[in-house]
Amino acid sequence: MTNHWVDIKNANLVLIMGGNAAEAHPCGFKWVTEAKAHKGAQLIVIDPRFNRSAAMADYYAPIRTGTDIAFLGGVIHYLLSHDKINHEYVKAYTNAGYLVNSAYGFEDGLFTGYEPAKRAYDKSTWSYVKGPDGYVEVDATMTDPRCVMNLMKAHYARYTPEVVSNICGTPQDQFLHVCEMIAETSAPTKTLTIMYALGWTQHTVGTQMIRTAAMVQLLLGNIGMAGGGVNALRGHSNIQGLTDLGLMSNLLPGYMTLPMEQETDFQKYLEVRALKPLRPGQLSYWQNYPKFHVSLMKAWYGDAATKDNDYAFDYLPKLDKIYDILQVFELMHQGKMNGYFCQGFNPLASFPNKAKIGGALAKLKYLVVIDPLATETSEFWQNFGPYNDVDPTKIQTEVFRLPSTCFAEENGSLVNSSRWLQWHYQGADPPGEAKADPEIVAGIFLKLRELYRKEGGAFPDPIVNLTWNYAIPAAPHPEELAREYNGRALADLTDPADPTKVVLKAGQQLDSFAQLKDDGSTACGCWIFSGAWTEKGNIMARRDTADPSGLGETLGWAFAWPANRRILYNRASCDPAGKPWDPRRDIIHWNGSKWVGFDVPDFKPDSAPAQDMGPFIMQPEGVARFFTLDKVIDGPFPEHYEPFETPISTNPLHPKVVSNPAARVFKDDLEAFGTAKDFPYAATTYRLTEHFHFWTKHAKINAILQPEQFVEIGEELAKEKGLKAGDQVMVRSNRGFLKAVAVVTKRIKPLTVNGKTVHTVGVPIHWGFKGVAKNGYITNTLTPYVGDANVQTPEFKSFLVDIEKA
Amino acid sequence: MASQSLDIARRSATTTQPPNVRGDVPKVAKLIDISKCIGCKACQAACMEWNDYRDKVGTCNGTYNNPPDLDADQWTVMRFTEYEPEGGKLEWLIRKDGCMHCADPGCLKACPAPGAIVQYGNGIVDFHEEHCIGCGYCITGCPFDIPRLSKKDGKAYKCTLCSDRVAVGLEPACIKSCPTGALVFGTKDDMIHHAEGRIADLNSRGFAQAALYDPKGVGGTHVMYVLPHGDKPEIYDRLPKDPGISPWVSVWKGVTKPILGLGLGVIALGGFIHYVTKGPNEADDEDAKEDKHERR
Ligand code: SF4
Ligand code: SF4
Ligand code: SF4
Repeated sequence: MTNHWVDIKNANLVLIMGGNAAEAHPCGFKWVTEAKAHKGAQLIVIDPRFNRSAAMADYYAPIRTGTDIAFLGGVIHYLLSHDKINHEYVKAYTNAGYLVNSAYGFEDGLFTGYEPAKRAYDKSTWSYVKGPDGYVEVDATMTDPRCVMNLMKAHYARYTPEVVSNICGTPQDQFLHVCEMIAETSAPTKTLTIMYALGWTQHTVGTQMIRTAAMVQLLLGNIGMAGGGVNALRGHSNIQGLTDLGLMSNLLPGYMTLPMEQETDFQKYLEVRALKPLRPGQLSYWQNYPKFHVSLMKAWYGDAATKDNDYAFDYLPKLDKIYDILQVFELMHQGKMNGYFCQGFNPLASFPNKAKIGGALAKLKYLVVIDPLATETSEFWQNFGPYNDVDPTKIQTEVFRLPSTCFAEENGSLVNSSRWLQWHYQGADPPGEAKADPEIVAGIFLKLRELYRKEGGAFPDPIVNLTWNYAIPAAPHPEELAREYNGRALADLTDPADPTKVVLKAGQQLDSFAQLKDDGSTACGCWIFSGAWTEKGNIMARRDTADPSGLGETLGWAFAWPANRRILYNRASCDPAGKPWDPRRDIIHWNGSKWVGFDVPDFKPDSAPAQDMGPFIMQPEGVARFFTLDKVIDGPFPEHYEPFETPISTNPLHPKVVSNPAARVFKDDLEAFGTAKDFPYAATTYRLTEHFHFWTKHAKINAILQPEQFVEIGEELAKEKGLKAGDQVMVRSNRGFLKAVAVVTKRIKPLTVNGKTVHTVGVPIHWGFKGVAKNGYITNTLTPYVGDANVQTPEFKSFLVDIEKA
Repeated sequence: MASQSLDIARRSATTTQPPNVRGDVPKVAKLIDISKCIGCKACQAACMEWNDYRDKVGTCNGTYNNPPDLDADQWTVMRFTEYEPEGGKLEWLIRKDGCMHCADPGCLKACPAPGAIVQYGNGIVDFHEEHCIGCGYCITGCPFDIPRLSKKDGKAYKCTLCSDRVAVGLEPACIKSCPTGALVFGTKDDMIHHAEGRIADLNSRGFAQAALYDPKGVGGTHVMYVLPHGDKPEIYDRLPKDPGISPWVSVWKGVTKPILGLGLGVIALGGFIHYVTKGPNEADDEDAKEDKHERR
């Protein structure tokens, strides 16, 4: 979230799209009911189904799954053509006036530089025009046809209400009504907040959907404002912490990145990441990358990381490509991966195309499953009748199941959607032989280290030199790990203004990442978490609800990264002169000598407004980007592409380029896509309030509340197919089938799309063949094996099925 | 919260004077704000946990209603209704169903077993199953179709309004668990005041008929609803528009004694038995007419 859960209550208008907060985030949804009850806020819900959130909405509009860019692109067009934007904000805080490379263009669905053989772009033309001083050229009047604003206007001029309605199936009057409601929040004293979740991420254009939402909010001047922002609702209680700590194949903690294969030179590795300002006077905070990186390597390798060995840069793996889950299971499926450690997730149920996942697991020599529950993955080799119809005698994979604790059986911190690290305490002893994850991993590590020490091997250094100074090496304590990610001084740290003054003594916990050094005198396991466990103790355990602003800015509650800041980009809540756009939303302001207020300024605290530093300090421009240069791989402006399985078999905007041309598709998976001829219905998967993923079907009460697998279809489709509520139905995609009970509902209506009637079939995900709920089919039997072009999140939300009575 | 005495104000099939040395205690109420309920069933889960009962894992009947009905092992359920009036907007109405804790409880009046049903000074109507003889008259006496006989022990069960929690100054378990503030609990006066604010908000959102449901026919209730369509309670899965206790129950009640005064009671008993076996025909027909929206 740019903002945080409590802040939702400050919104005038709440847009839930690409998510279903009432269903999947019922506790967070309370802040929507607060906004409605106490601020008179309106709630808009846009979704293929009239869902639990829609039941609470003041206005609901339907949309065909996978077409949100068309919808939001239409909103951009509306705002620009009706002049409903915050002009001063757009001018001062975005790159709307920046001039773009004259070679850049977009035609017939493709941006310049497309290389069909590679399914990738040469992004060199997606760049700014730079002046002789090395800075980007800006036309503050925004009259230059090559400025971002005019390119954006031209790009979205195609997204007229007729076009939007034709693609999305949203009736034009409803689309326009939503536009009008959104447009009202372009007033500096009104805000819109956008809440989204997997309904945006799980598409081959997921990253771009979210970007389109960000563009809408920038036009309206709603980023950085209390009650504004683009707010990702995270699913697992610690999935935010997972990304923060960099548990992705290409990430390091704190959103640093691993080097690629060709990046063998340490200084160059740092240089391309420590971005120099693109405009005069900008902070470009990533210039501090070397401090974050060196401190991380000191935390990991201690004395073995020295200036002379480039702080152990050679210890880091260098990637030839990104090993996301789809890539990993593809390799496994090809027989190129022999062993797999599966910790705290259930790929057989959670990943697309179950047949492929099960087939891949069967090719492993060994599989280690670390989980509190007996997951489907750990029993992928067992026959469970129709639910898992495999022949165990043909599967040779050796499976090791290591029972772990669940969150309630351990101390630790969880990072929620608000970026708050909240410490929690053990509530029960773990059952049986279950051990905490750190203990299990420590056991494996210590054994490996012993083997490397004894036998050497090709390159034992990264293993044998890893810092492991825990009181009980076989069971690191959560407190020790937390202190480590906060970081500490390795030498006495002095005040930069007065070098005779020692701020921290060697060995003391850091106060914040501002103290990090690139000379090896600080160690920090995750720079954005610095400040979570200081010399004052465990900051994450604080529980002070004091809220002097009345805006939910409870700075004494837990710790929010970065630097205990609650609303990101909060400098943008003030006009360029440093005065809040809305006096009732005064979270920070310039008091004449510094930035002060109820939040921690997301800004250089003493940079006067006259110095023209932009509020988006992580960007080398200091401003937010409508045109996003080469930062995403599928285009500098979001463009509507159809899901890979589209019910209309074309893209009305550019029939020659139907789906995302830059999305990676493996050959077998391409062949496994179905077409609308055989599978005429648009399907989407989702969660239900009564369950949490594939866990709570193991819990009796949840199983009572939602006992049996079902699929949802509209009354019209049911009539066509001769189905009624309670019937057993079979849902088939080109990859497999499932059988479930039909829920026939008025809440899913057929949509008219490109002259065709499109029915939606809704398929909840929660069932499987382990647990106390009634056994069911794994929903991801149906889903296609293709991911978002940028981050490879699978396209679970849009695919094709057929349905019939079972 | 004011002191929640568990003084018993009324007791089924009992005519002795109730204790009243403490005088009037404040009446309590639960307010269910339908306009804020997302149907998450947290309240249902909390009720199972606090009151320590578990239904069986059932099946899906093609709706979101799970379990599909109240039961001795299910004291509260969410009832989902898809309401789409001709030419109007679709609404998904979600009503938490359970005992209404009537000020004038038909169940208690119909109950022939001394002390099986009691009403506390604070208004809560509670079943004391150890005295229940399993006759099921309470079911017939209840205008809201709430109590259920257990197949395990043959006794009647329903929501207690968490009388054990309320007695020690806690809110009911379902209230504590509700994430959206759809459930609130306090003195009945405070809840009526809270409802007024909610109704004003609903009025401003186009629900001109929003109203508090506190039906007079049963003397008012200690569980009340804020209904966005206050003029049409029946669209919320057959919430009765004008609930009342069958006159037969009153007659029966008039003659109910620990030992039946047989001579006088015979006529009343005949009528009551007819009512028990055939049901309140009139009311049923009306319900059936109103039940044009399927449960979802
Ligand atoms: S709702 Fe029925 S069971 Fe509850 S108090 Fe009223 S009459 Fe008795
Ligand atoms: S008041 Fe208590 S018994 Fe009644 S529904 Fe709520 S939790 Fe269950
Ligand atoms: S807990 Fe609250 S919101 Fe959830 S179903 Fe019950 S009353 Fe409704």
